[in-house]
Amino acid sequence: MTGQHQGEPAAGSANGHGGDRRAQMFQAGRRPGGGEPTVVPDAEFRSYYGRPVLKAPVWEWKIAAYLFAGGLAAGTAVVGAGADLTGRPQLRRASWLGSFAALLASMWFLVSDLGRPERFHHMLRVAKPTSPMSVGTWILTAFGPGVGAAAAAELIPPRWRRSWPARLLRTLSRPAGLFSAATAPGVASYTAVLLSHTAVPGWNEARGELPFVFVGSAAASGGGFGMLCAPLEEAGPARAFAAVGAAGELLASRVMEHRMGLVREVYQQGHPARLRRASELLTAAGLAGTALLAHRSRAGAAASGLALLAGSALQRFGVFHAGVESTKDPRYVVIPQRERLNRG
Amino acid sequence: MTSRNRLSGPLDDVAADAGHQHHPDRVGFFTDTSVCIGCKACEVACKEWNAVPEDGLDLLGMSFDNTGMLGADSWRHVAFVEQARPLGTGAGPEDLGMPSFARPGDGTGAETRTDFRWLMASDVCKHCTHAGCLDVCPTGALFRTEFGTVVVQQDICNGCGYCVSGCPYGVIDRRQHDGRAQKCTLCYDRLGDGMEPACAKACPTESIQFGRLDELRERADTRLARLHELGLSEARLYGRDPNDGVGGDGAFFLLLDEPEVYGLPPDPVVPTRDAPAMWRRAGAAAAAFALAGVGAFVAAAIGSAIGSAIGARR
Repeated sequence: MTGQHQGEPAAGSANGHGGDRRAQMFQAGRRPGGGEPTVVPDAEFRSYYGRPVLKAPVWEWKIAAYLFAGGLAAGTAVVGAGADLTGRPQLRRASWLGSFAALLASMWFLVSDLGRPERFHHMLRVAKPTSPMSVGTWILTAFGPGVGAAAAAELIPPRWRRSWPARLLRTLSRPAGLFSAATAPGVASYTAVLLSHTAVPGWNEARGELPFVFVGSAAASGGGFGMLCAPLEEAGPARAFAAVGAAGELLASRVMEHRMGLVREVYQQGHPARLRRASELLTAAGLAGTALLAHRSRAGAAASGLALLAGSALQRFGVFHAGVESTKDPRYVVIPQRERLNRG
Repeated sequence: MTSRNRLSGPLDDVAADAGHQHHPDRVGFFTDTSVCIGCKACEVACKEWNAVPEDGLDLLGMSFDNTGMLGADSWRHVAFVEQARPLGTGAGPEDLGMPSFARPGDGTGAETRTDFRWLMASDVCKHCTHAGCLDVCPTGALFRTEFGTVVVQQDICNGCGYCVSGCPYGVIDRRQHDGRAQKCTLCYDRLGDGMEPACAKACPTESIQFGRLDELRERADTRLARLHELGLSEARLYGRDPNDGVGGDGAFFLLLDEPEVYGLPPDPVVPTRDAPAMWRRAGAAAAAFALAGVGAFVAAAIGSAIGSAIGARR
């Protein structure tokens, strides 16, 4: 006990927050992005040996891939239903088949990312409004069957077209497909809430703009897929849908970054920044190609469509990884919360 | 009051809100870190009672803490914070220097000895009034018990991992090779038999106190006032306030420094608080998406109608 002196300040001076006493060893000055220029000036903060406060998401790349595939399934479903109603058979066929393939891929990504994949159906034992994943499960449950019916109707071999099951399927597939297209906006947008409704700073703080980024990305990919697979004379609406989606995505993505606080760093440094920069370039190039080339050149349309698809996928991976990065450094948790407390 | 606060804010009766009609009083932990001696009996007792598997012996090289943080295989975690300042005064920080075999000050005489203090704190799941993990669980595996605590049903959890990202404290995690989410159950099995949780039972200094939450809150207020009287002005309660971002914690703490020094978030908020606003934004985005889709086909139809009209006139 040598050297231990009992200080006894007056009870009136009790102020746990006062003073600028910072033990050097508890400051985590390290930055995730290494030597890259910082966006926000270094803020001092304290932490427990620089260890993270939050758990990093346990989700793998499959969830980022799902975000893309789910958006693609939704975008192509809208184009498929519209093509069905307006008599564009090749665009309709490509879109429904694309939507179904994207839906199957989505299912695989989602189920295989579970810790216990064989229990995937436990998602269906409750409907829970406070859980965006539960809401999404039911949106997908509503969305899926119609897409399946519409795609199955496209796949009937010609020699069976006259049989009664085939005729029944074709009669049912239009209303079923339209129903799926009606739920597609939910499929395209709920994934933004899925990410934002977490304690992950990089996703939570993007909550205002992320839905617009994601629906833009879904529309760009859905339209881009139509441009890639359908002939020029049928792909007009796909081009328009893709162009509006790409423009919206580019704008919303910029606004999102602009409005974020400190956590903007994770979007502008390292791997997520590279993904997002590539996404922006590809989407912008796809948008330019859609406006200038895609109505007169089949190759131009296909290239633009591919660029939009790639841009959409990279957007999802960029946002996904930015969120994961934001949990690894306590600064993104501690500094904004401390500032909030200090504001009172 | 209760009806307005289903998503965030104070909630008088969490068990009733979850549908338990006749239920015991809400229970929790008050962890008074000012008397924690860092013995880690709580960590051991918890592992033993709950059969939490060994997760590797790892020397983290930062303090006596080799557990690191709470997780799927650590439901109690004792943090060790070494600070170059005496207890109870406002003196500035001092550098302890590198550890050596000599006792501090031996070589230079008593007048150069520095003061320092240990902060030790046993961290645990907070059993929040508004639990982020519970809100986002899509299977109903996480549930609110009749005691007001939050528990994972292991036969239901399918390991989706949403709770891991939903927790603003970084408590719950998915267990390797098991695939399911794991965290403190506040010894749900022991509570049912009228026993206190294993960690509180094992704590030799009553740093971990188990009991009815309202009683614990009173006890904590008394303790805090006493410490302030003694001059420990930096003592503060963490998770005590029902008006905080999670509606108050079922397991709350008395700390001797800012929460972030112990690895705790200074102002955690349950993500569900903003759920209505997030869904409104998503709804607006969905409407824009639908409008763009319909608009694309309508515009094409109008375009071709105009085109054919011009063609017909010619």
